[in-house]
Amino acid sequence: MIELQAVGKSYGAVRAVDEVSLTIERGEFVVLIGASGSGKTTLLKMINRLVEHDQGRILFMGDEIRSFKPEDLRRRMGYAIQSTGLFPHWTVARNVATVPALLRWPAARIETRVDELLTLLGLAPAEYRARYPHELSGGQQQRIGVARALAADPEVLLMDEPFGALDRITRLSLQHEMARIHRASGKTIVLVTHDIEEALGLATRIVLLDRGRIVQAGTPAQLLGRPASAFVSDFMGRDDLGLKLLGLQTVAARVRAGEHVGGTPVSAALTLREVLAEFVARHVDRLPVEDANGRPLGAIHFADLLEPAP
Amino acid sequence: MAALANPAQGRAAPWVHNRVLLVLVLLALWAALGVAFVSVAPNRLLTGTGVLLPALMSGWRWGLLCPAALLCVAAWLPGSRWLHAAVALAATGLLAALVAVAGDEAARVAARESPLARVSLGGGFWVLVLLAWLAAADALQRLKLRPVRRALVFAGVPLPVLVLLLTGQLDQLSLLKEYANRQDVFHAAGWRHLQLVLTTLVPAVFIGVPLGVVAARRERLARPLFALLNVIQTVPSIALFGLLIAPLVALGLRGIGLLPAVIALTLYALLPIVHGTASGLRQVPADALEAATGMGLTPRQRFWRVEVPLALPVLLSGLRVTTVQIVGLAVVAALIGAGGFGALMFQGLFSSALDLVLLGALPVVALAIVVDAGFALLSAAVQRASR
Repeated sequence: MIELQAVGKSYGAVRAVDEVSLTIERGEFVVLIGASGSGKTTLLKMINRLVEHDQGRILFMGDEIRSFKPEDLRRRMGYAIQSTGLFPHWTVARNVATVPALLRWPAARIETRVDELLTLLGLAPAEYRARYPHELSGGQQQRIGVARALAADPEVLLMDEPFGALDRITRLSLQHEMARIHRASGKTIVLVTHDIEEALGLATRIVLLDRGRIVQAGTPAQLLGRPASAFVSDFMGRDDLGLKLLGLQTVAARVRAGEHVGGTPVSAALTLREVLAEFVARHVDRLPVEDANGRPLGAIHFADLLEPAP
Repeated sequence: MAALANPAQGRAAPWVHNRVLLVLVLLALWAALGVAFVSVAPNRLLTGTGVLLPALMSGWRWGLLCPAALLCVAAWLPGSRWLHAAVALAATGLLAALVAVAGDEAARVAARESPLARVSLGGGFWVLVLLAWLAAADALQRLKLRPVRRALVFAGVPLPVLVLLLTGQLDQLSLLKEYANRQDVFHAAGWRHLQLVLTTLVPAVFIGVPLGVVAARRERLARPLFALLNVIQTVPSIALFGLLIAPLVALGLRGIGLLPAVIALTLYALLPIVHGTASGLRQVPADALEAATGMGLTPRQRFWRVEVPLALPVLLSGLRVTTVQIVGLAVVAALIGAGGFGALMFQGLFSSALDLVLLGALPVVALAIVVDAGFALLSAAVQRASR
């Protein structure tokens, strides 16, 4: 879907991005992560030509991105940023409708689409359509920012630290929404963050950058379990490596089907990390497991956290 | 007004609820009892003798005390919407009553003493009118109306005075006798003044706004540009008019009259317009611009749909300052033969005819107030349309 071939960008003597090659497949959720100054935002902005690369080639759907008019290219890629960039003089509905309006969709189709997106992001259309950005909380504004990026059903979604400015609770809830939207729509998403937990929770592939170069790219489990260098393991955090590994898998993967255990059941959707907390808090080594509808699925043992049940 | 009102509201002692109004009332007492309200002269050339307001009180004129008393009492009452509305109304009434008393006295003198006698407005009158105006403005501020409504209500304050003027109640005042003598000159001066303001504004906007856009985009150009405009602004207006004469004559154009006046006024108008445009564009949030570009707006779409609407309020306030400034500066243009109300003023100044000076100055003040209120209304409407 997007192919970066030995791409580079210099600002004067500084190489912000240096010989980066990366292929992003359809449906991937790629998280670009790194410290500030690592070149992750520059890399993201090269994809929609907000920053022009000065080395290498970038292909979108097989064509060099410079063969598109910049506006056409950008209208096919949703774009959401940390500070939301909502237009303060437009209502929520008009903000969300920005790209569909640019593409000259008929009014009725735009209206339906706006309502659909507001609903998708958990905002009642009747209540929020006519409001102005300054009347919304930070989390609601970012929801509108994401809705606006998704409005014209773009093939790719580019997100630049979209949840960085939000409080923890709001951030977690929006990350949850993003994961759900990714699962449901199968969209290709490229997200920039400096938050490891966010990367581990959302990514199908993490690309760790340092000083403009890719240090390691791989699944969350690969970066945690087989770090390519000391830098990677330092960055990912050595102290709670085990907890992070547990955070990557859900109870559903380790459940002993059909086994009966007493007590209040835990949801199969919990991560192993969360269920570890349950074991410790309840002073037990076995817990009953239920599915999302409250039907019993079986049980999980404390030892199953280390390796799957035989 | 807000600056006057707020500290008073914040630290009001329990027994005085509106310190601003109290100060205005005390000043008004001083003006009424200590400064001549009108001055009566046997004819146009002789100096008049001052008459204090209390000496004029008789018959219906005592009615003037009604709104005055209400204003005195209101300072001690706790503020409420009704009280502020009553104060605004009383101040409006007082304003009209002051003008009516002066006009009535002029009519009485003309009828009883001599048609040649002149009754002119004294310092006491002007101070009292100003204080009544301030009281009305302060009360309307405290009412916290929405901007459009406030501008409309405020326009109602001078309305009763306008009615008195148009129905001939004030015709015997020296000022209006002067007007009657020079009606044609006055109207010609009025049109010329408007012409000066408008012919200045059009080129100033067409040059100033694009320059402002350039200044907002290119910091390197902005600095020398603002330096130049600031220098122009510091040149005294008479000097600028004088400086323009030589180059215009060298070009074979007239060095005096409308052309140099419009050129000089345009140069003065540029700074606030360029500044308003540039700072309006600069305060457009950077993230909105980034998002606009990132979502695929073309530079032109971004400019018209995002930058212009968001910069418009600041741009309009720059234009408001400019226009009010031009209305005033156009007075000086009379010195190089451009005409306008300034011509009447200077004629009055040179022949020591105070009423003639006022005849030139008052319409300029009125025009400035009308222009200012018009822009206030316009920017309130724009703000509401874009919000």
